[in-house]
Amino acid sequence: MSMAGSRTTTAADAGAPAQLTRSWLDGRALHSRILTSSTWLAAVIAAVPLISVLYMLVVRGGARLGREVFLELPPAGFEPGGGFGNAVMGTVVMVGLAALVAIPLGVLAAVFLAEFGPASSLARFARFATKTLTGFPSVLAGVFAYALVVLATGTYSAPAGGLALAVLMLPTVILTAEEAIKAVPRITRDAAFGMGCTRTQVVWKVMLPTALPGILTGVMLGIARAAGETAPLLFTALSSSYWLFEGIRPHLMQPTASLAVLIYNFSGMPFDNQIELAWTASLVLVLMVLVINVLSRLVGRRA
Amino acid sequence: MKLVAQRPAAVSQSISGPPSRWDYAVDRVFRLLAQGGTWLVLLLLAAIVWEIGVKAAAAVGRYGVHFVTSSTWDVGRQQFGVLPHIWGTMYSSLLALAIGGFFGIAMAIFLTQDFLPPRLANVFRIVVELLAAIPSVVYGLWGLFVLVPAMRPLADAAYHRLGWVPFFSSTLSGPGLAPASLVLAIMILPTVAAVSQDALRLVPYRVKEAAYGMGTTRWEAILKVLLPAASTGIFGALVLGFGRALGETMALAMLIGNSNHITLSLFAPANTLAALLALNFPEAGPREVEVLMYAALVLLAITLLVNLLGEAIMRRSARRLAAR
Repeated sequence: MSMAGSRTTTAADAGAPAQLTRSWLDGRALHSRILTSSTWLAAVIAAVPLISVLYMLVVRGGARLGREVFLELPPAGFEPGGGFGNAVMGTVVMVGLAALVAIPLGVLAAVFLAEFGPASSLARFARFATKTLTGFPSVLAGVFAYALVVLATGTYSAPAGGLALAVLMLPTVILTAEEAIKAVPRITRDAAFGMGCTRTQVVWKVMLPTALPGILTGVMLGIARAAGETAPLLFTALSSSYWLFEGIRPHLMQPTASLAVLIYNFSGMPFDNQIELAWTASLVLVLMVLVINVLSRLVGRRA
Repeated sequence: MKLVAQRPAAVSQSISGPPSRWDYAVDRVFRLLAQGGTWLVLLLLAAIVWEIGVKAAAAVGRYGVHFVTSSTWDVGRQQFGVLPHIWGTMYSSLLALAIGGFFGIAMAIFLTQDFLPPRLANVFRIVVELLAAIPSVVYGLWGLFVLVPAMRPLADAAYHRLGWVPFFSSTLSGPGLAPASLVLAIMILPTVAAVSQDALRLVPYRVKEAAYGMGTTRWEAILKVLLPAASTGIFGALVLGFGRALGETMALAMLIGNSNHITLSLFAPANTLAALLALNFPEAGPREVEVLMYAALVLLAITLLVNLLGEAIMRRSARRLAAR
């Protein structure tokens, strides 16, 4: 209809050739152009903090990066040198503890949500709980672990920190694993049932192997998130200037250092040495998180 | 198939056959296990609310509503009130939402509306994802040593020229609301951008085609057709971003300055609920722990409410577009 309308208008223009382009000064074109440039500007501005953070990490953090920061203990007061080997170890141990809890539990729940009872009311409530946990302030996970573990055992400890991190990892694992299991083609699943498998056999031998890349992606994203968390560790694992292991014997039931808390503590200190170490620790932490993120993407792409 | 070959040999020598009694037993146990795991997830949320609630009960009884309306926090005199913290939480989160929301939505439009060749679009997509991946404590460190020094001259100039405006009524002496909110904005940008992108992608392509067919320019199509169509989803993205901002802890604990004053000034130090928890828990005595648990309960209530609202809006928007 509008085509016909516009044709009549052109005809009325006394044979002037149809103008198909607009001058860019024309009101509507100008409006469009201005908005496009502002959007470009906004996108570039949004990238500035990232570039600044990465630049600072490389320049200020890279200056101290070397073997010794991984092998030495945090320095005290005016002490020069030192490192944060115990904090790297503490982060790895606590994230490991969290993964030990969150991965099996998360995958079990995801199997139930995707396969055993997707429409049950238990599943509906559990999905709701998971969504709620996704937006959960991380500091409250710390408060929970404090109330449950620290108050009960009377000491700040690695397991308390691990529990807090597990609470934060769990929703990521559940949501991605559920999606991954649901994405297994129906035909594959039905073929397994057709061969007379029990549901457990279908899950273990068909669904989980097929969904593995997707599940791993979720697990790694959860791990990456947990590794960077600070607030839940502040008053569950606290911090420490000592090694978590004596020889090979772990001392888990004592305050435990972590990279994130170390960065926080050192950032507030009036000593240049500590602040340099805080930057280096940030670089190490960001590299850890980014490597896990990239790995998760590579694994996910294979899916 | 591999599946049959792996069955225990003792059960049956044949390569096919119905599941054995053992298989059925395993099946039952595993299903119960999965169900148990799901229950545990539910119980976890219940346990969190319960633990915080029970530990806070004494303080709730002692301070009651006065706790959220009073503005003194004095451990020595045992007087506790979190009004400044609630104010600071809301103020910083709203500021962050205004900035992060604007840039997040701009980024979402930029990435979904074919402004960029695919390769360049990927660069910006990676930028957004990296922004989300950097731990908040690193942003805090960056804020302390890069953002605050960079903002100080600007803030002081604003104070000297425009000091009569309540927003600029103090200098930036170090940490303060403005740097904290800016960092918070950076941190919620990825959330807003990601969820708004999903909302914009949900709008059927033919809607855009129809708009172009009517002779709109690209921006008229975006502003008058696409954004209204995706508005519910974008609003949901903003609410979820707001929820993220309310609960964010470390960047604020490091940058907001921990002062229990209620002020409109952007450059004055303030405090938030999450920062209060993070800073006071490690050294709290048993009496103060109860009070902090009460503060945690308040934070829990606020974030739960906001997140539930966000989820409800998202679900409505998805349903509306699906029905179309």
